[in-house]
Amino acid sequence: MAVRRQPLVRKVLLHLGLLPFLLFAVFPFYHMTLTSLKTDRELYDRASVPLVISQGPTLEHYQKLLWESAFLTWTKNSLMVTVIATTVSVVIGTIAAYALARMKFVGVGAFGTGIFVTYLVPTSLLFLPLAQVVHWVGLADSKWSLVLTYPTFLVPFCTWLLMGYFRTVPKEVEECAMVDGATRLQALWRIVLPMAIPGLVCAVLFAFTLSWNEFIYALTFTSSSEEITASVGVTSELIRGDIYFWGQLMAGAVLGSVPIVILYVFFLDYYVSGLTAGAVK
Amino acid sequence: MAIGNVRVEPAAPRAGLRVRELLDHERFLGPAFVTPALLLLVLLVAYPFCMAVWFALSNSFIGRPSHFIGLQNFVTLWGSDSFRQTFQNAFVFTGIAVLFKVVLGITLALLLNEQLWFKRMIRGAVLLPWVIPTALSTLGWWWMFNSLYSVVNWSGIALGIMDPPGPNWLGQKYYAMSAVIAVNVWRGLPFFAITILAGLVSIPKELYEASEADGAGPAARFWHITLPLLKPVLAIVVLFSTIFTFSDFNIVYVLTNGGPINSTHLFATLTRQVGLESGQIGQGAAISLYLFPVLAMVVWVQLRFVRRQQY
Repeated sequence: MAVRRQPLVRKVLLHLGLLPFLLFAVFPFYHMTLTSLKTDRELYDRASVPLVISQGPTLEHYQKLLWESAFLTWTKNSLMVTVIATTVSVVIGTIAAYALARMKFVGVGAFGTGIFVTYLVPTSLLFLPLAQVVHWVGLADSKWSLVLTYPTFLVPFCTWLLMGYFRTVPKEVEECAMVDGATRLQALWRIVLPMAIPGLVCAVLFAFTLSWNEFIYALTFTSSSEEITASVGVTSELIRGDIYFWGQLMAGAVLGSVPIVILYVFFLDYYVSGLTAGAVK
Repeated sequence: MAIGNVRVEPAAPRAGLRVRELLDHERFLGPAFVTPALLLLVLLVAYPFCMAVWFALSNSFIGRPSHFIGLQNFVTLWGSDSFRQTFQNAFVFTGIAVLFKVVLGITLALLLNEQLWFKRMIRGAVLLPWVIPTALSTLGWWWMFNSLYSVVNWSGIALGIMDPPGPNWLGQKYYAMSAVIAVNVWRGLPFFAITILAGLVSIPKELYEASEADGAGPAARFWHITLPLLKPVLAIVVLFSTIFTFSDFNIVYVLTNGGPINSTHLFATLTRQVGLESGQIGQGAAISLYLFPVLAMVVWVQLRFVRRQQY
């Protein structure tokens, strides 16, 4: 009996050990959501317990956010920028990754190194000169400046990720197809891409997440309410002077995260594998 | 679709001709495939980087012609208190945050590597801070550290750890730095834990069984098997994280905007303040270039040691 109970005690202890980590990870979201659902009266009552809603939940902050601020416009901007930048980057990344993984030509090694180096270049190193470039091409204070600049970090990421996946597709399958008369492009389209679908899903998910979450470029290149993204809108437009509308602010933070959370819930396993592939491959 | 336009070539009569055809294809197709990416990197990464270097060596100011002034910007920066403070902050912030992420990341990965109930759900919860937009989740932390309604202080007082009213997290310099580091650790921990977990899973079970048979305890097994075999993964994670922690912008910008009195400024946030808000592009660019040596070092280490092990 004792032998069989030992693992159970151990298992319970393990879970107890995990508890602080889980609390640390999840509590900010819990508190954010809770705050967004509280009435102002309870929110600013210092005698009330902040961990629960005691005076009844309210959707008042969400209503105000949706109908009295430009939140829907910001979300639409975010969505547009993210979808276009992701599509363009995954296409460019796919063909570049295929060339890197499969073909031999002059400069392929240098190009691979270049991709890897730009993969590591932080956006905060380049936002100042890029603002100038954006101004020159006439896209200052336009969401199209983000469509133009997001691929600078998305393409290296997608290329690096997909290169790893393409290498796992056996070369022989492709060669067989080409011996049977398929061209290189047909082999890529009909054989390699279908076999690398998990990698493509990963690339799309990560590119989507990275561009949805991007902040510094959006903050620098766009400023008017019609052009900014959700992250920038919530952090800058909902804060007016010294008075903060915490309920509305938290509602904005919650709603601005919803698209990512939905993707995340459905594709958790891809996130896990993509995260490790990006670093380990 | 491009495929429709491509002619299906008839099978070549001789094998030698077929191979040459393929090579020709590669020589042409390869460069064609990388051109879009290459153009993007040259025009929107390499070129702006050169511009940053030029700005840093000139007296560029918004809306004024600029002149070459050599290293004057860097000299001026070293004379300013806010820059010297930022320089120090960057190392304190990066050093402490990465250290915490390594230690907590290994601990968390070891726990996640065990047989668990609700494994998927636990993983999902652990990874959550990493996928949510940082600017927005940091707003949540900002509210949690609010001087009047801080839930952190409320909990601390309720548990008897803090004396009322508790610390003014964002208004005092050491507390503000701790707060900024805490949020960075919170956001970066999932990356460490999940990547280290992948490293743990790849360690062969037989090694542990053999050492257990030799009478090694859990601590000995950790020091002599787990840690040495995790080294490559740890090296990569630490290198990546060093760059991204050192160049962090979002957390500091939202939480403290560098304050109080520059005590939490990092290079990225000071760059914005000097280069955009006060319009001194030249000096701003000089500040941002301080990110470059760290980037260069990490790239060098990565190319020289880490990638070599894999090929």
